[in-house]
Amino acid sequence: MTEITRREFLKLGAAGAAGMAFVPLANPLGFDVAAAKKRALDLRISGAKEVHSLCPYCAVGCSLIAYTKEVNGKTQLLQIEGDPDSPVNEGRLCPKGATAMQLATSARRVAAPMYRAPGGTTWETKSWDFMLDKLAQNIKASRDNTFVAQDANGNVVNRTEGIAFAGGAAFSSEEGYFATKLMRSLGVVHIEQQARV
Amino acid sequence: MTNHWRDIKHADLILINGANPAEAHPVGFQWFVKAKLDPTKGPGAGGGAKIIHADPRYTRTSAMADIYLRIRTGTDVAYFGGLINYVIQNKLYHEEYVKNYTNASFVLKKEFDFKDGLFTGYNSSTRSYDISTWAYQQTAPPPVAGEAIEAPPTSQTGFAKRDMTLQDPDTVWQRMAKHYSRYTPEMVSSITGIPVDQYMQVAKLVGEMGKPDKVMTIVYAVGLTHHTTGGQLIRSGALLQLILGNMGRPGGGMNAERGHANIQGNTDHAISWEILPGYLRIPGPGQKNLTDYVNVNAPKKSDPNSWNFFGTNYRNFMVSLLKGWYGAKATKDNEYAYDYIPKPAVNSSWMSIYDQALKGKMEGVILSGMTATSIGPDSNQVMTALGKLKWLVVMDPLPTTSSEFWKAPNVDSASIQTEVFMLPTTHWIEKDGSFVNSGRWSQWKDQVIPPEGEARHDHWILADLYDRVKTLYKNQGGKFPDPIMAATLDYKDPKKPELDEIAKEINGKNLATGGQMASFALLKDDGTTTAGDWIYTGSYPDAGNLAKRRNGISNPAQNDPTGMGFYHNWAWSWPLNRRVLYNRASADLHGKPWDSKRPGIQWNGTTWTGDVPDYPATMNPDDPASWLPFIMNGEGVGRLFSNSMLDGPFPEHYEPYEAPIPNPLHPNVSEDPVAFLYDQAAGRPNRFGKVGDFPYVATSYRLTEHEHYVTQHVPLLVGLQPQAFVEVPAELADQKSIKSGDRVRVSSARGKLEVVALVTKRLGPVTLAGNKTVYQIGIPIHWGFVGVSAEQNPDRSKYWLANALTPMVGDVGARTPEFKAFLVNIEKL
Repeated sequence: MTEITRREFLKLGAAGAAGMAFVPLANPLGFDVAAAKKRALDLRISGAKEVHSLCPYCAVGCSLIAYTKEVNGKTQLLQIEGDPDSPVNEGRLCPKGATAMQLATSARRVAAPMYRAPGGTTWETKSWDFMLDKLAQNIKASRDNTFVAQDANGNVVNRTEGIAFAGGAAFSSEEGYFATKLMRSLGVVHIEQQARV
Repeated sequence: MTNHWRDIKHADLILINGANPAEAHPVGFQWFVKAKLDPTKGPGAGGGAKIIHADPRYTRTSAMADIYLRIRTGTDVAYFGGLINYVIQNKLYHEEYVKNYTNASFVLKKEFDFKDGLFTGYNSSTRSYDISTWAYQQTAPPPVAGEAIEAPPTSQTGFAKRDMTLQDPDTVWQRMAKHYSRYTPEMVSSITGIPVDQYMQVAKLVGEMGKPDKVMTIVYAVGLTHHTTGGQLIRSGALLQLILGNMGRPGGGMNAERGHANIQGNTDHAISWEILPGYLRIPGPGQKNLTDYVNVNAPKKSDPNSWNFFGTNYRNFMVSLLKGWYGAKATKDNEYAYDYIPKPAVNSSWMSIYDQALKGKMEGVILSGMTATSIGPDSNQVMTALGKLKWLVVMDPLPTTSSEFWKAPNVDSASIQTEVFMLPTTHWIEKDGSFVNSGRWSQWKDQVIPPEGEARHDHWILADLYDRVKTLYKNQGGKFPDPIMAATLDYKDPKKPELDEIAKEINGKNLATGGQMASFALLKDDGTTTAGDWIYTGSYPDAGNLAKRRNGISNPAQNDPTGMGFYHNWAWSWPLNRRVLYNRASADLHGKPWDSKRPGIQWNGTTWTGDVPDYPATMNPDDPASWLPFIMNGEGVGRLFSNSMLDGPFPEHYEPYEAPIPNPLHPNVSEDPVAFLYDQAAGRPNRFGKVGDFPYVATSYRLTEHEHYVTQHVPLLVGLQPQAFVEVPAELADQKSIKSGDRVRVSSARGKLEVVALVTKRLGPVTLAGNKTVYQIGIPIHWGFVGVSAEQNPDRSKYWLANALTPMVGDVGARTPEFKAFLVNIEKL
């Protein structure tokens, strides 16, 4: 098969579309498009590792197959597609699922922990240790400030009234469970996620 | 969902309310289309189904529907109530099911009543009901022997009186028939705006679905939940499904489409103020010990043949949870560390967090993959609340309107005293773990790529933080450190627990043998078993993590032997890998499927076959002592009447808090009389608008190309839906000289949007009581002052937060905000 660049392929495709208006069954490319597409795909993912994931968006729960390759010791994500074996999506994806790769490899990620002091007008980049130590102190102080061991009726209630935790709907279940366990152990009563909103 | 996505293809009729699956759940919608179009199947076998879509907007879902009804938002109780009335009046209900599988025959206390919009027991000063009359008449106490065997809660005084003829005027059935007799087609039309002739077409189709060989599904989403009557909107659909005999059956059920990848799993695991994992209630302040707790919260057995499985096992589940969480510190002598569980005094749900902040009582908020600002309601007031915190943590891979709230447009950053921590976290694809879809399928995903840059997993951040807090308490002392110290962290690295290790903990183990628990039926209340979440017990037996199973559609003969699409060896579904909840009700009293073409489970003379049975596997249904079909509640049957709803045992139509008309049923009690009014209760001026100032009804929704706010960071999706807009009905646009592309201001009593108008015939006028014409305006929710679109339109994006418009008022029980029905004005800019 003659090698053609992607740009040339697209040009031919455009000509083909025009040509098809007159000769619907003719293939102006002169070769089997489906086979060429498959070959292009094969080249892209040949030798790649197949890993199973799920779509991060709505709760249909579409299964994804992700293809990765080790390049210079770094795992590179090559492609994401619907898993044809799933009884839920049977390989199909919507516009969001089909572009999941752009979320996965976003160039817009927050690069490092950032701190904004009271009254501050800018972010300051800080170390994880700075952030977690300061936060741990805040959590302890707010817990101690707002902890109610017994209510006015003498009931043991052991609750922290001044801290709230909201967990994400794209947490893995096990993360959610772990967050619940830790927050309840801190006495937190305001625990929420996406279910109501 | 009681059922699951693939199951929808078994329906004969699909009612869609408060949802737009073709756009919000497009891939799930294939199963609706298959029900309707699969050319290889006939009606009743996965082809020939009809779809009815009731929605304020004509959407792509409507385009695939056989009947589209333009309904006024927030009026679905009237819609379902009218259908209930039609089915009862015309005797189209499934009689055997109604008599034996619901509480229709239960006899209510004579004092229970409903008059002029109020149930008995209303107290206007506390805005709440005394529910003592919302109860069954009792028979004599049950024999002691039975009590000993079943161990019903000690407060049990007797079983409910029943009249199997349903003729007693105080039966649930007669009271229900009377309640809904007011919902005539004309009344329904005057509330919903649906013309009577169209409504009757639907009623006729729905009326067919009470035949045993027919089955209907109801599918809904947040278009039903986001109202001050949210809970009752769902219940009204469930009542209709029960009288048609459609609960528990393949192709039937009440099916909620969840909006995010793992809302289901995280609700199951109780990131929710009112519950502990597995829907055990959070204990209240007066519940001094485990016995009190179980007495107050566990369902009570109200019929001799009710198994009351949940109620009977409540204590086993709670003790196994406490033993799992507090290990060696949870002993018989200290009630398994029951005192370690915090006991909230008041509702502590989403809106309450910001209400407490506005009152100056909330010091710190941790948002882990959530944004308070955009989600609202009343985003402007939420931002005020965030500004009153001492500290705010945002854990997210990407900036959000909450992490950036202190530099939002029109905010003076220097005046905001909140300390803000932005912690970069990993994406879903950088970690493993399970997501539980709408159909309760817990599916495992593998880690695909390593964390980007400095990003850390949310649970590792929490584990590390917890460890540092623990150290502070160890070194400095402080308030009641006992639970902090005692919580079990039995992981290879307590600061970096693996999700597979946590999955194992959730399942629970037998402490005597060290083995994994195989079923929650084996959990005990003596401290010898653990279960982090009993509904997941069985998901990770000794054989391994069943959520990882992947025996899919490439081999249907092997993986779907019943042909019903259960795929029991694909992932795992709670409880016990059951694919259709309440499936005992899919078969008649003798265990024969109501419809042999669509069996759920069936009795073969020695055992139940088909789906994983919601019933003891070898219990002969013809044994007079066999259990009633619904094993989880105290009645043993589906509840047409329930005293577990705080705003009434039968769903009633109430107007949204901002409504264009007074309630045609009872104008003096127009809105839900017990809905919680945050501003009023806190002594702040209320932020509701009146129809004179804000004459148009508005509702909000999602577009296919976006998922709330995260997709504002995905350029391809921003390209498909580049900027904020509102949909304006063509007739109204004509009156206001608004053309597509014009910029408009949409305002409510709380805030404003300044966006582009999209003039459309998908929306249009509805005619309500008093011949009043009302327009509805459609508002997509996705935009704000953060993301690619906002950066491209720095001036225009100042007023793009849809939830700046929505009111901070909620359903009394669920506290879902009224996002989906409020009043606005619209002006051309």
